[in-house]
Amino acid sequence: MSGLMRYALQRLLLTIPMVFILLTVIFLVLRVMPGDPVSAMLGGRPVSPEVLQSYRVKMGVDRPLPAQYVTYLSGILRGDFGNSMRTSTPVLEELLSRFPATIELALFGLLIAGILGFSTGILAATRADRPLDHGIRVFHIASFAMPLFWLGLMFQVFFAVKLKWFPVAGRLGGQMAFSFEPITGFYVLDAILRWDGKALADIVRHLALPSLTLGIALTGLLGRVSRASMLEVLDQDYITTARAKGLSERIVVLRHALRNALIPIVTIFGLQFAALMGGAVLTETVFSWPGIASYLMRAISSRDYLAIQGSVVFIALFISVINLIVDLFYSTIDPRVRY
Amino acid sequence: MSELYETPPIRHSLLADCAVRLVRGITRGRHALRGQTVLKVGVVIVFAFLLMTALTQVWPAITGFHPTQYRDAPRLESPTATHWMGTDQLQRDVFSRILGGGYASLVVAFAAVAISMITGSLLGWISGYTGGWLDRALSLTMDAVYSFPSMILAIVLVAMFGSGIGPMIWAVGFVYIPTYFRVTRAEALQVRETTYVEAIKAIGAGRMRIILRHVAPNTVNAIMAVSSFNLADAILTVAALSFLGFGLPPPAPDWGFDIQNGQKYLQSGSWWMITFPGLMIITLSLGFGLIGEGISDLVNPRRRRRRV
Repeated sequence: MSGLMRYALQRLLLTIPMVFILLTVIFLVLRVMPGDPVSAMLGGRPVSPEVLQSYRVKMGVDRPLPAQYVTYLSGILRGDFGNSMRTSTPVLEELLSRFPATIELALFGLLIAGILGFSTGILAATRADRPLDHGIRVFHIASFAMPLFWLGLMFQVFFAVKLKWFPVAGRLGGQMAFSFEPITGFYVLDAILRWDGKALADIVRHLALPSLTLGIALTGLLGRVSRASMLEVLDQDYITTARAKGLSERIVVLRHALRNALIPIVTIFGLQFAALMGGAVLTETVFSWPGIASYLMRAISSRDYLAIQGSVVFIALFISVINLIVDLFYSTIDPRVRY
Repeated sequence: MSELYETPPIRHSLLADCAVRLVRGITRGRHALRGQTVLKVGVVIVFAFLLMTALTQVWPAITGFHPTQYRDAPRLESPTATHWMGTDQLQRDVFSRILGGGYASLVVAFAAVAISMITGSLLGWISGYTGGWLDRALSLTMDAVYSFPSMILAIVLVAMFGSGIGPMIWAVGFVYIPTYFRVTRAEALQVRETTYVEAIKAIGAGRMRIILRHVAPNTVNAIMAVSSFNLADAILTVAALSFLGFGLPPPAPDWGFDIQNGQKYLQSGSWWMITFPGLMIITLSLGFGLIGEGISDLVNPRRRRRRV
């Protein structure tokens, strides 16, 4: 077995207890903490004890905790997340159908954050302590302090309502929403597969503001890490050597420094998926984006308990998989990492 | 406990120790703060917000217009000389509302950070110092919680607890526990291996005493830097929770809720109802962030020199 394969397997085995603990924490948070699901669902409405009991039996929360825990875990293992109490459709089915929308948004957000954060960070590092550097650092800190939902709304006010460059919300506009037939659920990909230029333009215009919102919110962190990492590398002896050899600054930065500076940046990049999902909740709410985060929000507002639990478990599993992939990705970036 | 190691009673408590450090820090501060513009700006911003919030709590109509009862202005008016930041759909002055709108954010952020700091640090010290299966179990649990998006966790918790200041404090406080756990555990692991800990162990000091008197004080610097960044983040989280409708019930002024309210009038171009509360959130969060930057520079001179 090759080294990488063995490492992948080890890492996979380590992910299992992690996921297990995460699922347990979710179970405990949702069942043991004050406010049981039934009263949360009823939202303080007065009901007779009989009705309350019937709800408890229906949701299975009348049984002792260990029994509930076993049912919960075995359900998840079998891929059964329960049925939504509002629509009575299987929660997992609903989540899977909405998943591509969230991923599409997250990927484009990450792309924008990557381009913006990485380029500004590297630029700042190569111009350290000069006016451009200070300007970029202020931008990074401001991006940290910005409430994401507010940024989204500001974009809507100026680019959608005032300038009318982009649509205010949604994934598809007007006629297109009825005529466009998705294949994979990733609309950008679908439009390309169907070779439909008009649809593609519409989809990208709808995607622009939400992904820019999500992207800018993450730019600060990526930019700061890029800058710090690049500064660290530029301070190394081999960079001095490269300069002493008479190489141009461009070659030194692009060929010698950049690749070494990339390692911590990729780490942060991967870890951002958690923040990205958190940001997606707000972005999807602001832009009425039909993803899993907006499903979770609707489940919360209608107190659809199983849908809440299902969404949280789904997101937890997804994050674990992403973390695993990022971990395995290191070796491609840094040939020194051997497994 | 050995008589060799007897110290005056006041120094026994961690709190007193922190206080002593703080006073020393302030008295030495004049010198240390020279050139710390970032820190100073941050402190000024945060104090201005605290003062403003306290004033509006005592005297809500400080601008001449009451934030909740005022009904004399035109409806949805853009900024004018009388109403600097315009009025909302219930003819209330937006400026008066944003001045008092930080109350929930500040209370929740400070209380939540206090909860997570105390819980997370205690667990971190114990876990890092003790080691063994307890450390492994706690670390795995904390890592699992940490890997989950904190915003979603906070939203789900508030949804379970019910909305308002109390539930928000518990939810946000819970979410940040791993942040402190990770920092203090890492520091405790280092301190555990030092010679002086070995020495006092030889004298016969108990485990709890070593943790509180020797491990804990060594992590204070790290905790301080983390907690300022954490406060900046907490302000944003609380704002988001209010925006989603889990905050103060109306008509109380609240930045997050006021932005949500303004969203309904966005299509008609009422930008002022959204813009100004948002700018307040940014400024306050920025203030805490700058304090964090400043403290990190202070406690880590290498970082200061390198300006990383």
